[in-house]
Amino acid sequence: MNKRLLALLSLLVVASMALAACGGGAAPATEAPAEEPAATEAPATEAAATEEAAASMGTIKIATQSPLSGGQSLLGVAIKQGAELALEQLGGDLAAMGYDVQLAPYDDQATPDVGVANAKNIVADSEILCGVGHLNSGVMIPSSEEYHTANLAFVSPANTNPVVTTRGYLEVNRVVGRDDVQAPAAEEFAFTTLGAKSVYIIHDKTAYGQGVAEFFRGAAEEDGLEIVAFEGTEETANFDAIVTPLVAAQPDVVFFAGIYNQAGVFFKQARDAGYEGTFMGTDGMDASDLADIAGDALTTGGGMYYTTVAGPASAYAAAAQFAADYEAKFGATPEPFAAQAYDSMAVCLAAIKAAAEAAGGTPSRLQVAEAVRQVSIEGLTGAIAFDDIGDLPTAQYFILKVNGATKDTWNTNEIVEILEVASPGKGE
Amino acid sequence: MKSITENPVYKFLLFPIGQILIFALGASVVLSLVTVLLAFIFKFNVTDFDLVERTMLILPQVVINGVTIGFVYATIALGYTMVYGVLEFINFSHSEIFMVGGIVGIQLMAYFEHIGTLATMNEYLVIALAIILAMVVSGSLAVVVERLAYKPLRGAPKLVPLISAIGMSFFLQDIVRLILSLTTGEFNVILPKFGTFDEFWKLAVPGMEDPLRIQIKSAIMVGVAVLMLVGLNYLVNGTKVGKAIRAVAQDRPSASLMGINVNQIISITFLVGGTLGGAAGVLFALKATKLDPFSGFFPGLKAFTSAVLGGIGNLTGALLGGLVLGLLESFAASYLGIFTNGAFGAEYKDIFAFAILILVLIFRPSGLLGQTVGQKA
Repeated sequence: MNKRLLALLSLLVVASMALAACGGGAAPATEAPAEEPAATEAPATEAAATEEAAASMGTIKIATQSPLSGGQSLLGVAIKQGAELALEQLGGDLAAMGYDVQLAPYDDQATPDVGVANAKNIVADSEILCGVGHLNSGVMIPSSEEYHTANLAFVSPANTNPVVTTRGYLEVNRVVGRDDVQAPAAEEFAFTTLGAKSVYIIHDKTAYGQGVAEFFRGAAEEDGLEIVAFEGTEETANFDAIVTPLVAAQPDVVFFAGIYNQAGVFFKQARDAGYEGTFMGTDGMDASDLADIAGDALTTGGGMYYTTVAGPASAYAAAAQFAADYEAKFGATPEPFAAQAYDSMAVCLAAIKAAAEAAGGTPSRLQVAEAVRQVSIEGLTGAIAFDDIGDLPTAQYFILKVNGATKDTWNTNEIVEILEVASPGKGE
Repeated sequence: MKSITENPVYKFLLFPIGQILIFALGASVVLSLVTVLLAFIFKFNVTDFDLVERTMLILPQVVINGVTIGFVYATIALGYTMVYGVLEFINFSHSEIFMVGGIVGIQLMAYFEHIGTLATMNEYLVIALAIILAMVVSGSLAVVVERLAYKPLRGAPKLVPLISAIGMSFFLQDIVRLILSLTTGEFNVILPKFGTFDEFWKLAVPGMEDPLRIQIKSAIMVGVAVLMLVGLNYLVNGTKVGKAIRAVAQDRPSASLMGINVNQIISITFLVGGTLGGAAGVLFALKATKLDPFSGFFPGLKAFTSAVLGGIGNLTGALLGGLVLGLLESFAASYLGIFTNGAFGAEYKDIFAFAILILVLIFRPSGLLGQTVGQKA
């Protein structure tokens, strides 16, 4: 009897290990054979003469790091897919030079530890010359220490915490704006446009959320906006205890600095409990799932506004074709940051190409990192060039109003304001 | 002459309900008094507004919040405490049994929405069906887990099944994640909108400006939890199976000699614990409106704490522990910010609640009601 059970148990263990091996092994397994089709495909689209060269120049990999699993995977997968599409559409130049360019996607699970562990892996793979990522500033900041040590250039499609670039690392760049502009812009909007007199600030205790919340608080203190409370919470399910004092105080605006999956539940419970004012948030709110989770809490009462550094597709003239291509390839409309990831990948490709031409062969990581700073391209989201710390000299900031209570209406959210603000630079 | 304590209506209905009422009221009153007292002490510290007035304004709501979540903790805690009573080990995979119950319940409602009958069905019937399905699935899952992961380790040192339970917990989390990503492709499982549960009953309280607001789903949560607790009390104290469970808890070898099928009783214990966990999962899902494969961890941890606070292995203790922890958390989260003028916010609620827990355990190491398993179970 016992033996049979033991046999059953070991069978189960073997089965689960096999299953795990399948899950883990699937990605490389599909990547590895991709070498051959890539080599034969390239001449089909490019000149036939490159066929001999294709074999000689070797492989270049470009990494992506973003949460591909877990609660923020909607945005993280969009980053990976945006980069993938860019590689497919813009990788032709490098293929023509004889390189086999591959994507190396990594899942940082929105967790700093996992991001750093992946970063060590990425740095150890000498074929990786450039990277696109991350979604979360809290993951980007520690991971980029690894990239910095290895001179590996990374272009961020989404990280808005100032510290990402203010450390002055050559290897760290971003194609979006910064929280020390975004949060004061949100405060300015609440104070001037909405005419708010009191605000309740809540954040998710991450580098991103707390950073944004503190910039917002700073701006609110300057304007003399009354701060009812400044709370941080990791709660994801039951906000009753926080909501009760909030409803009693009825501030004009509730500003949530965090990510949609947590904020959605909070908005819903606060509205249910009788809060009637306006919800506000930053770019972490910009995901259609927010409408699914929070429902009509976003459209009743004072409604919901959010600022973002990544405007909706309608804000960019060049993005219409991108959205169509994206939908054709992945069967879904691009979530925010997909276009930014596309541009980040475009920067990587342009930099590698320039560095390879200058070096007359496969460039070193340092050469690529230096080339990234020299890049000047016209991306989907506007002109992209970096200043001496890796920020865009002038970035766009959007303020949007949520228009519908369901996932399908998310793309119809109305742009209330577009601001163009110069990067504050390295600060003091 | 039969005394009143032998009357089944009293023993299995009035007594447990009275006990629940006394616990809930007692814990609420004690904490409220302490809070109001603190409000008077801190009054001179806060100058912007009248602290006592602000405290009284939200007090009823804070109590309601605490009692609601307290009952959910208590229902989960019973699963931990029953298994501990019988096997003397902590079944850490119980938090995942709870999560599975919640997700199964939501999926049933999502299925009704998919086939288009959700809007026309009686909303209470939908909830009842979801709870029943969750109980069946979670109960069976708990039995299967016991068979696979704990039974082969029955004779091993106590730490071994504990590690096996932690492993099972991770295993279940990722199996659910795998199943969800293969079937729906979504990580978050979102409760469909239906019925009128989000609305509030407004009770005008004399002497108060605002009416007391009780959300209908809070009332459902408390109602179902009380039903479960009374049912469990009857099962354990009023039936033959319950007698057998108590006998196995007291002395397994002797129970075996008396002709009790110990393995079967242990399976039944897991079945009952899992069933309660599944029902609690649906109740929690009603409140949280969104679950994911990792949602079970924190409520599970809190429920385990409740079981220890009340006295692990003691069913009544789990109820009291859950209520006390729920209330402590609710009070800490709502009042810390107000009392300290914003220096400590709601984010410190767990530190505060657990600090009190440590204090209680220093003075009463066996928990509020003690650990005696067999006598009080």
